[in-house]
Amino acid sequence: MSTVVIVGGGPAGLTAAAALAPSVDVLVLEREAETGGTPRHSDHPGYGLRDLRRFLSGPEYARRLTGRARRAGAALETSATVTGWAGDRALEVTSPRGRRVVTADAVVLATGARERPRSARLIPGDRPDGVYTTGQLQNLVHGHRRPVGRRAVVIGAELVSWSAVLTLRAAGCATVLMVSSYARPEIFASVGPAVSGVPVRARSRVVAIHGRGRVTSVDVEDLRTGERRRVPCDTVVTTGDWIPDHEIARLGGVELDPATRGPRVDTALATSVPGVFAVGNVLHPVDTADVAALDGRHVAPAVLAHLRGAGVVPIGAVPAGASRAGASRAGVSHAGVELRVEAPLRWVAPQLVRPGGPAPARDRLLLASDVHRAFPRLEAVQDGRRVGVVRVPWPAAPGRVFRVPFGLVADADPTGGPVTLAYQN
Amino acid sequence: MIHDLAVIGGGIVGAAIARLFGGTSLSVALLEARDDVGDGTSKANTAILHTGFDASPGTLESRLVARGYALLGAYAAETGIPVERTGALLVAWDPEQLAALPGLQRKAERNGYDATSPVDADEVYRRVPDLGPGALGGLSVPGESIICTWTTNLALATDAVNRGVTLLRGHRVLSASVGESTTRLETTGGDVHARWVVNAAGLGADVVDGLFGFSRFTVTPRRGELLVFDKLARPMVPVIVLPVPSKVGKGVLVSPTIYGNVMLGPTAEDVDDRTATGTSSAGFEFLRAKGLGLMPRLLDEEVTAAYAGLRAAIDSGDYLVDVDASQRYVLVGGIRSTGLTAGLAIAEHVGELLTGVLPHEERADLPPPPRMPNLGEAFTRPYQDAAAIEADPEYGRIVCFCERVTRGEIRDACTSVIPPSGVDGLRRRTRVMNGRCQGFYCGAEVQTLLEARR
Repeated sequence: MSTVVIVGGGPAGLTAAAALAPSVDVLVLEREAETGGTPRHSDHPGYGLRDLRRFLSGPEYARRLTGRARRAGAALETSATVTGWAGDRALEVTSPRGRRVVTADAVVLATGARERPRSARLIPGDRPDGVYTTGQLQNLVHGHRRPVGRRAVVIGAELVSWSAVLTLRAAGCATVLMVSSYARPEIFASVGPAVSGVPVRARSRVVAIHGRGRVTSVDVEDLRTGERRRVPCDTVVTTGDWIPDHEIARLGGVELDPATRGPRVDTALATSVPGVFAVGNVLHPVDTADVAALDGRHVAPAVLAHLRGAGVVPIGAVPAGASRAGASRAGVSHAGVELRVEAPLRWVAPQLVRPGGPAPARDRLLLASDVHRAFPRLEAVQDGRRVGVVRVPWPAAPGRVFRVPFGLVADADPTGGPVTLAYQN
Repeated sequence: MIHDLAVIGGGIVGAAIARLFGGTSLSVALLEARDDVGDGTSKANTAILHTGFDASPGTLESRLVARGYALLGAYAAETGIPVERTGALLVAWDPEQLAALPGLQRKAERNGYDATSPVDADEVYRRVPDLGPGALGGLSVPGESIICTWTTNLALATDAVNRGVTLLRGHRVLSASVGESTTRLETTGGDVHARWVVNAAGLGADVVDGLFGFSRFTVTPRRGELLVFDKLARPMVPVIVLPVPSKVGKGVLVSPTIYGNVMLGPTAEDVDDRTATGTSSAGFEFLRAKGLGLMPRLLDEEVTAAYAGLRAAIDSGDYLVDVDASQRYVLVGGIRSTGLTAGLAIAEHVGELLTGVLPHEERADLPPPPRMPNLGEAFTRPYQDAAAIEADPEYGRIVCFCERVTRGEIRDACTSVIPPSGVDGLRRRTRVMNGRCQGFYCGAEVQTLLEARR
């Protein structure tokens, strides 16, 4: 029987495992001591809506997905870290049980995303204790029951930032200010009353952190006036600004999309390397856990087709004799139509539509927008011709994934050039 | 208790001196102001094992760097301090710099280093294909290497303690009273009495010198900010890429690090505050601008860490090593970033200077040098070592995913001869939390593990 190895036991990996395990041998390699991924540490409700039709807390959601994968027959190995590749579809794995190479007939990368820490955001100043990402904060508070400070400044005002505010509150730490560079910070409607009263500074950024030993204050700059104000605090949380955990993908030679920084995939979620697939927030940093999970369900048919030997042509493959560089420069290859975005849209996933390929998961293209649009209208243009227009009945906002019906590009010429998605004014 | 010798400063130089005299008939104390060794200027240098090719010929620094290069290379092999023999390439970006290269080659020869060779622009790009456009030529310095400065400091201090040296952390010297036969050092950790005192206080060496009545020099802390890029950028930088030196220091370099990252920096900014290890917007902007010229593709990679170190710049062109026999006091000052390489040679030099005035004999029963945990990315680490994991599964339990640090290594550091006093000390002993996520995944667990060990 064929073997599929899934790297990462979060919502996407577990859901892929549950979908594949009835047909093939599935091994999920999870580096943490428990499966379930990020939701394990998000001790508030809101999980499981789109995939399980339930309204669950993060930890409960993680438990359910783990149970479903296990009942489907998948092997879940925890404390098992994939550290690199030993060949095509052969992974180096370290665990307390030893160091070994695991070979597979197909590999599904479900490695997720992390928040950029302070250093990657180049926030200058002293380097005191008390500066966390949301992930570290939730791990400290919910995972290890440790105290944080009393007065926090939260950098970011998007969905995850409000989650940080709730976690701080649970730890007895007040959020004295949220700072967002965007003009219209996100309003977290469902918990609005619980976090009302938290002051938010839009169009601002933290330009210095002060403190020796422990944080004592931050300097906040108004991006329009340049005016700076010192805000006393003992805790700083950097939230959002996600980057895919793409290390294993890159080490395996998987082509990345320069905008998402995750693997470049087609609508079936196949990467540029034959037999290597990718699902979840490593592709679209970051959508909600249930949307990441549904990638896991969506990828199963393509993985099974690959195992049957009916694999489609991998991304970037070109006919013999053609120059790969030339093909990609023109964005034309028989392997499919490339999707692109125009600013202020930041990225789109998946990035490739193949003739005969499936519609993307949930029939949606996932995009990121750098601006707020209450009633977004988008158009798709191919070779100078408008091939689609859509008016989306939900807003686009920075810091959250903007989901767009796939119908926008359904009429694109499968043998034509790249399709560019843009806001229509 | 009266020690024969008190060494002030637990950086690389002080630890090397304490280790040397710890191997003799003398009783030695090593005083460190902070709560860990190597927590000052020694922890944040560019971590290059220098050949000394660009020192000022004829200086003490030139001689001790060249000697230290050989001594530390051998000591590293004995103790397991990771060293990668990457070599360096000085790159000229304008005709003036290009014209300076032959002079640098002659200077290297006057420093006793004759392995440099000029390379043309094609060769520069062959060796470093990702370099930005505009390089005109270069000078290859094959002996320049990268080394782990943290392990170097810890190995020397551990060796010293194993040899019987009393390590006193949290002992900042406040005053010195020189008596008839002993000196009383009043410190934040209590009084320490010693017959002889060595001042290897780094950034504080001028202040300690003042306690002995001197006003010979002033340390001007020179802040150097560095950006450390993600490990995935490492293949872009196979050698240390050095700028052609100018009058304000060595300028900005791009270097591989021993931990498998890429480093860009340092800036060079004189500051007043000897604790000003903060980073600045101006520093970041300067480094990004420099990086864009040097290696534009590097800036597409994630920044893993940004930090600032203070170098002990003084108003003299050379190391200041001086024995005052009347006060039984030795100054070892003005040791710049080259002190990492020169440390063992500086100790040897101090040993020679004191031979006549402070009689000592080498002991026969010395313990073997310590075997240090490997932090080098180029060498096998516990998570890769099937035999180690089989013998002890804790070496297979990875806590820090980015740097692949196992619970076994954290346990070992906490039970080592000089255990860490906090998270930063644990970082320097294991690399834990030094990776791209900076604690997103493991920060909470690391703190819990550390406190459970206390």
